[in-house]
Amino acid sequence: MTSLRILVPIKRAIDYAVRPRVNAAQTAVETAGVRHSMNPFDEISVEEAVLLREKHSPKTVEDIVAVSIGPPKTVEALRTAMAIGCDRSVHVEIPEKADMLEPLQAAKILKQVVDREKPNLIIMGKQSIDDDFSQTGQMLAGLLGWGQAYGASEISVDGDTLTVKREVEGGTDVVKGKLPMVVMADLRLNTPRFATLPNIMKAKKKKIDKLKLEDFKERAENRLKTLKVAEPPTRQGGGKVENVDGLISKLKELGAL
Amino acid sequence: MMQSAGCRTLRLVQLPCATLRATRRARSTRSVSTRALQNSRRPLSNSVSRSFSTQPSRCYAASKEVKFTVDNYPNVKRDARFSQLTREDVDHFKGILSSPSSVVYAEDDASELEGFNTDWVRKYRGKSQLVLKPKTVEEVSEILKYCSKRNLAVVPQGGNTGLVGGSVPVFDEIVVSLSSMNSIRSFDEVSGVLVCDAGVILESADSYLRERNHIFPLDLGAKGSCHVGGNVSTNAGGLRLLRYGSLHGTVLGVEAVLPDGTILNDLQTLRKNNTGFDLKQVFIGSEGTIGIITGISILCPRRSNAVHTAYFGLTSFSQVKKAFIKAKRDLGEILSAFELMDGLTQDLYHTATKKPYPLDSRYPFHILIETSGSNADHDMAKLEAFLEQVMGEEIVADGTLAQDKSQAEELWKWREGLPEACAHWGGTYKYDVSVPLNEFYTLVEDCRKRFEEAGLVGGTTNESKPVVGVVGWGHMGDSNLHLNVPVRWYDKQVEKLLEPWVYEWIQKRKGSISAEHGLGFAKRDYVQYSRDATALEIMRRVKKTFDPQGIMNPYKYIPMDA
Repeated sequence: MTSLRILVPIKRAIDYAVRPRVNAAQTAVETAGVRHSMNPFDEISVEEAVLLREKHSPKTVEDIVAVSIGPPKTVEALRTAMAIGCDRSVHVEIPEKADMLEPLQAAKILKQVVDREKPNLIIMGKQSIDDDFSQTGQMLAGLLGWGQAYGASEISVDGDTLTVKREVEGGTDVVKGKLPMVVMADLRLNTPRFATLPNIMKAKKKKIDKLKLEDFKERAENRLKTLKVAEPPTRQGGGKVENVDGLISKLKELGAL
Repeated sequence: MMQSAGCRTLRLVQLPCATLRATRRARSTRSVSTRALQNSRRPLSNSVSRSFSTQPSRCYAASKEVKFTVDNYPNVKRDARFSQLTREDVDHFKGILSSPSSVVYAEDDASELEGFNTDWVRKYRGKSQLVLKPKTVEEVSEILKYCSKRNLAVVPQGGNTGLVGGSVPVFDEIVVSLSSMNSIRSFDEVSGVLVCDAGVILESADSYLRERNHIFPLDLGAKGSCHVGGNVSTNAGGLRLLRYGSLHGTVLGVEAVLPDGTILNDLQTLRKNNTGFDLKQVFIGSEGTIGIITGISILCPRRSNAVHTAYFGLTSFSQVKKAFIKAKRDLGEILSAFELMDGLTQDLYHTATKKPYPLDSRYPFHILIETSGSNADHDMAKLEAFLEQVMGEEIVADGTLAQDKSQAEELWKWREGLPEACAHWGGTYKYDVSVPLNEFYTLVEDCRKRFEEAGLVGGTTNESKPVVGVVGWGHMGDSNLHLNVPVRWYDKQVEKLLEPWVYEWIQKRKGSISAEHGLGFAKRDYVQYSRDATALEIMRRVKKTFDPQGIMNPYKYIPMDA
């Protein structure tokens, strides 16, 4: 069996259970003092990489590396990834106040990380829940010239062949491909485990390679300009009618009848 | 969307993203939306598996008919001084209440009365013919004025999530439900004082405060249904009493209607006010026996923006005590919950929900620790020091630290979901007691031995025995233990083994037979195990002062004849 070297790109985003608020200047979502955690799709990707190691004979999965591009606190998400079971990680640090990278920029940097780490399988979330682009994985596969499987709900490895079940409109699509490959995880792929305390402690001692944006030769510039960020209109509460006649006249009033 | 199986798959495929988005937008029902995400991760075949929401669901034993309280307790007799409800009475109430939907009468719609007559534990069921849902304090006043004139008995009812049968009628008492009085009246962001109607649901009040960076100083498993007025009138304790203290300290004022219709407007918003008797204190924990609370004012602390949750497995109760001492020492000012769950509770929850255990191995004891503070980095440093100590000294055998909010909510379910998990097999005998920490868990062990010796324990599989097991969990931080005996059916044999044995056990240790659930119907005749004759006599005098006719929530709370 081909040995697997898995790279898991992750992102630290506002915790999905937190209600995001728009900042006073209406230029962005408020992030200061707001709980952040690993993007849920990425957590699933980390879990899947660790599951692959557990499922196959020892040594099949040689190395699991988490990589993230983000401000200094991104280290927390990398520690979580290593507590779940990644062996080490790479942190591409960007300044605290810097703009979020657009997919092409992220993909170009990730490509150079791939050149450096030489993985043969990339498992990453199909999208991050903050900017919701859902493009980075596809661009990365394109830049690398690798095969890709988007929206994975099941992954199985046989030699150097990967079989991926994808959730598509109307049912399930099964694709097969040869390594190297980029797989983008969907929600139903697995349920991430709770990191145990001993593993959380061990994760503190695992290695994090620090890189800076300037270390990367090929870069793209952000091309989008944010004009304004606003809350969606608040939902109007429903009303109660006393009886059937009331309902009918209300429907007529709204032009539904 | 409804013709073919293909469409169903389509909907499911789209669900995950839609759910995430919906979750981020509407955070008002926090655990429900977390569930949605969790469910959407599961394969289709599991999507019908039971999910626990914060709403106390009645689905578990819904097929079994609940017996009338009067049939179960034939020695309790209807007080002949009370009048019988007549059609004229109902017409009068229809006249004084502004909305026709405020009057639910058995002869018009019997089915709607069922939920008001049956309690959440499905142990008590009354025969009330009438439910009134006033919308204003004046309407409550009109109702009680009429009831005292006619000598009609009344049961005030909030979310009906009580565990001692205090919120449902025993005979034909009129149910006055506060569910239509559910407005927030005011909130002062500077002082943190919230004034609201009694019928506001605890979770709604908390969501309202969350938007304003504050927190309701009370949290409990039934938050999705219980009313804040009910919380105050039963002096509910809950999960965060350790941090925010009892309602006797946080409630600043109440608005209440006395049995004769008098409106007591004591809705103070002052923190300090030494001018005469502190009347609100009599209402806090009075369980609807001296009047109906219609509004409250309460001091709400600022919400902590850094909350961490950890869950541990331990091998013995002496290790639990050591962990508690360490937590108080290392986490002192940020500790907001210290909850104990024994091993069997976790097994029951696992069996009832089919969820995977949070830890790989099974342990006889589990604790759940929560810290709340203002600075995540500082709190994390404290928590890590604590974790290193308890792991290093092998006080805890294993554990996990929630990495995000949804994991924290998931871990909390292994504590908050226990009442429902216990009800899974049919019903539960519940004891909510205060016990000195030294013998905190001995009660469960002694009780378990008693049932095993009697040969009544069938575990989760042997359906010929009434008892599923004897379990314990509780607010260790407040010395408050919940002893639970989940059963397949309520059984006199089981009852005889429990009572008065439990109460005598508690009395010997100078504990309380009701730490936070109250007395209600279930514990009226046992109150003397915790309070002496003089105290009870003075309570009776208080009751008679407010309610000379005895129409408010009769047959409950304390015995009226010495």
